[in-house]
Amino acid sequence: MNDTTFLGMPAFPSAAKSALDNAQLRRNLAHATDTIRGKRAHAVGELDDWEELREAGRAIKERTLRHLDRYLIQVEERVTAAGGHVHWARDAEEARRIVIDLVQATGEREVVKVKSMATQEIGLNEALADAGISAYETDLAELIVQLGQDHPSHILVPAIHRNRAEIRDIFVRAMGDYGTAAPAGLSDDPHALAEAARRHLREKFLRAKVAVSGANFLVAETGTAVVVESEGNGRMCLTLPDTLISVVGIEKVVPTWRDLEVFLQLLPRSSTGERMNPYTSTWTGTAADDGPSTFHLVLLDAGRTDTLADPIGRQALNCIRCSACLNVCPVYERAGGHAYGSVYPGPIGAILTPQLRGTTSAVDRSLPYASTLCGACYEVCPVKINIPEVLVHLRARVVDDSRRRRIPTPEKLAMSAARWVLSHPSRLAAVQRAGSAAGRLAGRRGRISRLPGPLSAWTETRDAPAPPTETFRAWWRRNR
Amino acid sequence: MRIALFITCFNDTLFPATGRATVRLLERLGCEVEFPQEQTCCGQMHFNTGYQRECEPLVRRFTEVFADYDAVVTPSGSCAAMVREYHGRVAELSGDARLSAAAQSAPKVYELSEFLVDVLGVTDVGAYFPHRVTYHPTCHSLRMLGVGERPLALLRAVRGIDLVELPAADQCCGFGGTFAMKNADTSVAMCADKVAHVLQSGAEVLCAGDNSCLMHIGGVLSRLRTGVRTLHLAEILASTEEQPPADAPPPPSGSRCTTPAAEVKSR
Ligand code: SF4
Repeated sequence: MNDTTFLGMPAFPSAAKSALDNAQLRRNLAHATDTIRGKRAHAVGELDDWEELREAGRAIKERTLRHLDRYLIQVEERVTAAGGHVHWARDAEEARRIVIDLVQATGEREVVKVKSMATQEIGLNEALADAGISAYETDLAELIVQLGQDHPSHILVPAIHRNRAEIRDIFVRAMGDYGTAAPAGLSDDPHALAEAARRHLREKFLRAKVAVSGANFLVAETGTAVVVESEGNGRMCLTLPDTLISVVGIEKVVPTWRDLEVFLQLLPRSSTGERMNPYTSTWTGTAADDGPSTFHLVLLDAGRTDTLADPIGRQALNCIRCSACLNVCPVYERAGGHAYGSVYPGPIGAILTPQLRGTTSAVDRSLPYASTLCGACYEVCPVKINIPEVLVHLRARVVDDSRRRRIPTPEKLAMSAARWVLSHPSRLAAVQRAGSAAGRLAGRRGRISRLPGPLSAWTETRDAPAPPTETFRAWWRRNR
Repeated sequence: MRIALFITCFNDTLFPATGRATVRLLERLGCEVEFPQEQTCCGQMHFNTGYQRECEPLVRRFTEVFADYDAVVTPSGSCAAMVREYHGRVAELSGDARLSAAAQSAPKVYELSEFLVDVLGVTDVGAYFPHRVTYHPTCHSLRMLGVGERPLALLRAVRGIDLVELPAADQCCGFGGTFAMKNADTSVAMCADKVAHVLQSGAEVLCAGDNSCLMHIGGVLSRLRTGVRTLHLAEILASTEEQPPADAPPPPSGSRCTTPAAEVKSR
């Protein structure tokens, strides 16, 4: 995954620090995640068979991924038979090249875009811009991000870090640079903001000849692509232009429409907390006199096959991008989406990014540690991805990589020392005795307010308990 | 039934009062508890930080030490979860078939509230604790073990207790083992909200089934001089009119603990 927009991001802890200091951001995030958490809990609580549905979703994904090669070929056959063109992209670079060539072949210099994680993952907009092609985001939240020259911070609501007043300012400042300007005297009333966006976008829809989308699902038995959305802007893009190019990760395949039915129940309740999403668009190749006359499907690997090879890590490919895990994550709520240094923030980002991109950069190595392992994400995930399990698995990968260094890390030395001590009760007892002695010197009223070295990370903000004068095992020995 | 106490290295070293309370409580309920002295650590810190190789000898020792018991009880939700969820995995990764088999046939490790409610079948343990208490369900107890209502049922049956609800109780406190150090800023930001909720509850005592989380929340409660103290579930359940929990550690030599039973409101 060549993620151009986030390259050179610092490791998670330092990136999180600036978000933690931003009072407005903290407020916006806490408010937004709290609201959507409540809606989701309500929508899920309505169904008696939610657990069965989750299990069905997990099982379908697992089975599909096991036979992915077969289903992908089926997709290619069906799409081609229905008049579409299928392209295979090994990595982000190849996918960008394919899309640029296809757009250039139409002779157009602008495209409208349906909200899509895959195109963000490959940094498509930037690549199109470099090739002299303007890409216009049409999802409301994506539009806010684009106009604000910002990065998305949430899978579903990329502008979740913005409040109404900020959105108004962005519209007033930037809409005119991209097309129809914001009306004079625009207020921050949600209806007024929506109306301004509608007018701005309407002009784009009517003019566009080429659209670029992703897809939530690809139904293999018919070669049908599916986009699930709330606003209807996606459907405008999917129906009005002459040419449609869809970039879809290879893990998005579901075998049959019966399988799709399960996900169409799981997704809206998990993501927006609705029983059903307002718009579900499906298309199979091309149809005479209806919708785009040319359809290209770009199947994207970009690290997915490698991820599939890992028996524990591969469950990350089950993800249907509902964002429920972000909304319940206490770390995400405080640190915000940008700290994750990728278009995939939150718990899913912490397990997906290091697998798609590898663990070579500082930020990617820090992601598996950006969690308390509290398990709230696993509890809500509609396809039962055991995110804490994968996090711990990836931590081991990071540690195993570091074992190859000639000079061990201080943490490695500490862990080895701890293993040595804990491997034998008498060693443990000796260390405990030393600790108790030190504690008697250091602690006043059983509390230590300053510890040396790396332990100062604890006592900078928290008192530490002074070691007791007698350990449990010493007490036991004395009394029994 | 042979019952072993797994104290955990953390409680053994830093919170022995929890261990003493656990023993006192179980003996009061008629159990004979053994403390196998060869025990050390379940390996959770190593495993969760990515040092699975270093974790293996600890799993091996644990499996050997507790093999002959019928049940193991521990006053730590996260250590119980580590053993139940991941010892099998570590054993498997080691490639040692004997270790895998041993881990498979190991006795079940119960978190204290599970042991009391499920194995002993009691909710009223005869405790007396006349204070305003709120309970924080730690994440591993809540989500990995699924202890559910058990701790609350036990607390509700304590005589004299004024059990108050903790707002947003299911939110993580931000401890997360090495997370508290590696991501200290985020960790403390989470704890700040937890502390605000604890203060909002009006409780004078914060109770939980894991001293690790209590050390974290308690560290902030103490730094801010809030006057709210933390107590492990075992210590409240062990508390009686004659023997309230000791706030201060006992004197080092054989003398009897003489901590005054301060603040005991007359009922
Ligand atoms: S990991 Fe699960 S909860 Fe998170 S976005 Fe994906 S499907 Fe939704």
